[in-house]
Amino acid sequence: MNSQIFHPFVLPFVLGMAFVLTYCLVGLIRVISQLPKDDRKKFWRSLVTPKTAWANIRDLFGDCLFHVKIWKRNPVLGYMHTAIAFGWFMIIVIGHVMLFTLKPLQGVEVERLQGMFTNFYYPIFFKYFAEETPVFAFLMDFFLLMIISGILIAVVKKIHSKIVGVKRVMHFGFADSLIRFALWTIFPFRLIAEKTNIMAFWWLYSIDLLIFMCMLPFTRYMHIPTEALFILLRHAGIKVTEPRKGYVLAELYSCPSCGLCIDACPMSVNDKMSGNTSAYFMKKLRNKDTEESQRIAETCLMCGKCVKICPLSIESCDIKFSQRASIPYNINSDHSYLNVISTEAEKSSKVLYFAGCMTQLTPKIMRAMKQIMEKAGEDYQFMDENGVICCGRPMMLSGKTAEAKAMVEKNTELIKKSGATKLVLSCPICYKVFKEEYHLEGIEIQHHTQYIDELVKTGKLKVSKGDVNYVYHDPCELGRAFEIYDEPREVLENVGNLRKAKSEKEISICCGGSLGSFTLTQQERDEITANSVNDLMFNNPDEIVTACPLCLKTFARKSPVKVKDIAEVVSEKI
Amino acid sequence: MDFGFCLSPSSHVKMDSVDLTTFNRLKEINPDVNTCIACGSCTATCTAGNFTEMSFRRMLLMLQRGKEDEAKKMIQRCMLCGKCTLVCPRGINIRKILLDITR
Ligand code: SF4
Ligand code: SF4
Ligand code: SF4
Ligand code: SF4
Repeated sequence: MNSQIFHPFVLPFVLGMAFVLTYCLVGLIRVISQLPKDDRKKFWRSLVTPKTAWANIRDLFGDCLFHVKIWKRNPVLGYMHTAIAFGWFMIIVIGHVMLFTLKPLQGVEVERLQGMFTNFYYPIFFKYFAEETPVFAFLMDFFLLMIISGILIAVVKKIHSKIVGVKRVMHFGFADSLIRFALWTIFPFRLIAEKTNIMAFWWLYSIDLLIFMCMLPFTRYMHIPTEALFILLRHAGIKVTEPRKGYVLAELYSCPSCGLCIDACPMSVNDKMSGNTSAYFMKKLRNKDTEESQRIAETCLMCGKCVKICPLSIESCDIKFSQRASIPYNINSDHSYLNVISTEAEKSSKVLYFAGCMTQLTPKIMRAMKQIMEKAGEDYQFMDENGVICCGRPMMLSGKTAEAKAMVEKNTELIKKSGATKLVLSCPICYKVFKEEYHLEGIEIQHHTQYIDELVKTGKLKVSKGDVNYVYHDPCELGRAFEIYDEPREVLENVGNLRKAKSEKEISICCGGSLGSFTLTQQERDEITANSVNDLMFNNPDEIVTACPLCLKTFARKSPVKVKDIAEVVSEKI
Repeated sequence: MDFGFCLSPSSHVKMDSVDLTTFNRLKEINPDVNTCIACGSCTATCTAGNFTEMSFRRMLLMLQRGKEDEAKKMIQRCMLCGKCTLVCPRGINIRKILLDITR
């Protein structure tokens, strides 16, 4: 065994390490300095607040090292990530423990070298420089083999992704392929070097590390250091504000292009559209491809599924919103004409029902709601029986929050004047905006699924049970956005039999009609709808039930069975 | 022709001299404007049309006649609610076209 304490083969590694650390430090300063002042304060404070500090530690370990969220989605991929990340981490940790507790190899020319190196250098390549005890040797070998097993899965995934349960993967350019190759070979080289002690392999090992670390900032592997920062920022409660600065930068570089959102996205029904998924959006924006990222931002249905399943909870939809807002549309909205609408309430009532634009296009929902409220003996009034003002959300969806102000104000005035204590809505799109953007203190806001559920549970509405088999479709803005999953299902179980869809609740598939998308063509939407209907028909239900007028209209185009709104179904059973 | 006897200004448009750049550019990005059959469904359902003269069908006509300013003025009324897009029998992506005109 070689007996020097220093050997030039460590130089490439040291160089790479120095580079990557400097780069990360500069990046860190840049992100933090770009944060708005309040956010920066929030960030510093969150680091010392016990609650967020604990969440930080939990997620740093849980997400960065153990990849808990990936385990939940796909255990094979979970193992792959954990094996590489945790294995590598353990090798570094055990190596250091070993180094500080054990003596260097026998016969080292310690004295001659000490003066030269001890101040700024310590032996990193443990096996080469320090003597192992059996326990350490076992641990090091164990974790090394763990990493290599993870890499084997990665190789299999690359060759044939379906084996590990992934249908679509991202396609990478030369730089990403090269660094991946470097990553894959680092540990086999190390294993060979340790076992044979052939100098060439120690050199290869070190050079591999140099390549990996020098390329890291320019490839998707930048997610390894960025992820930690992103977790801290997220726990500090910082929100997306600017399109490509500060917090968003941290999000962009945290996305490892894992591609899990590609399979999840409703647009992935064909290869062409799968290029519109968040994984590609993040990559394009990272590479400053403004045109493409704006195009994708306008195409996305904003169904939120990618955000829900993303192992890092990257807020890609929020980033897309800010990207949309950067497109120079000069619509110069002028809604001053809304002022002519009288806000004098005709009468006052406890419950105010707002159907919304989309429900105006599906009048059967309005009729059903009327029947239900009358049957239940509710003191109610219609807010928009004769014409409606838009709730403002479609405008906001185009990235124009300020332009929606006139509508928000007018509607708020109308609602407040009515004296109602409860606002019932039929459209989940409205529901979201009323919940999040309106200030309606003292007024309870309910979607009609919740409202009907309450009427049934409190005994105000008597329903009879039939023997129709229903399947329930979770509208994006009701399910993923507000987790209203149980109320509609409980209602349906009271009036018939509920069958399961293939993908339900948080992974339900958007109907394809979403107003979130500005550019999808009718044909493309139809393809998405057909796929979503197939998923719902998984257990051969007699009827598809949904709770959104837009889903209803969209599904009706493609469904082999009757599509109904939950209000309609209930109104048939009272 | 304006012989000077009219009470209101003439609505006569000289098709040879109108500037159609906006309309042509629009057709290029959104070829579906060509498929409009002027059925008026979009106008009938329009949320803004309930309170104003907003009409997408008429706006396309204005653009075809080079009356770009009038068309842009009309768009200011739009709430982007999307009802028009949903009812269009030709599946024309009206919301996107409205936005593109203003770009
Ligand atoms: S957005 Fe999330 S799910 Fe999609 S590629 Fe990035 S990390 Fe993976
Ligand atoms: S929000 Fe929905 S449509 Fe848009 S990228 Fe995510 S999963 Fe796809
Ligand atoms: S509904 Fe469609 S086809 Fe009819 S006038 Fe409007 S844009 Fe043209
Ligand atoms: S999107 Fe604009 S033009 Fe279309 S119906 Fe709504 S207000 Fe009218």
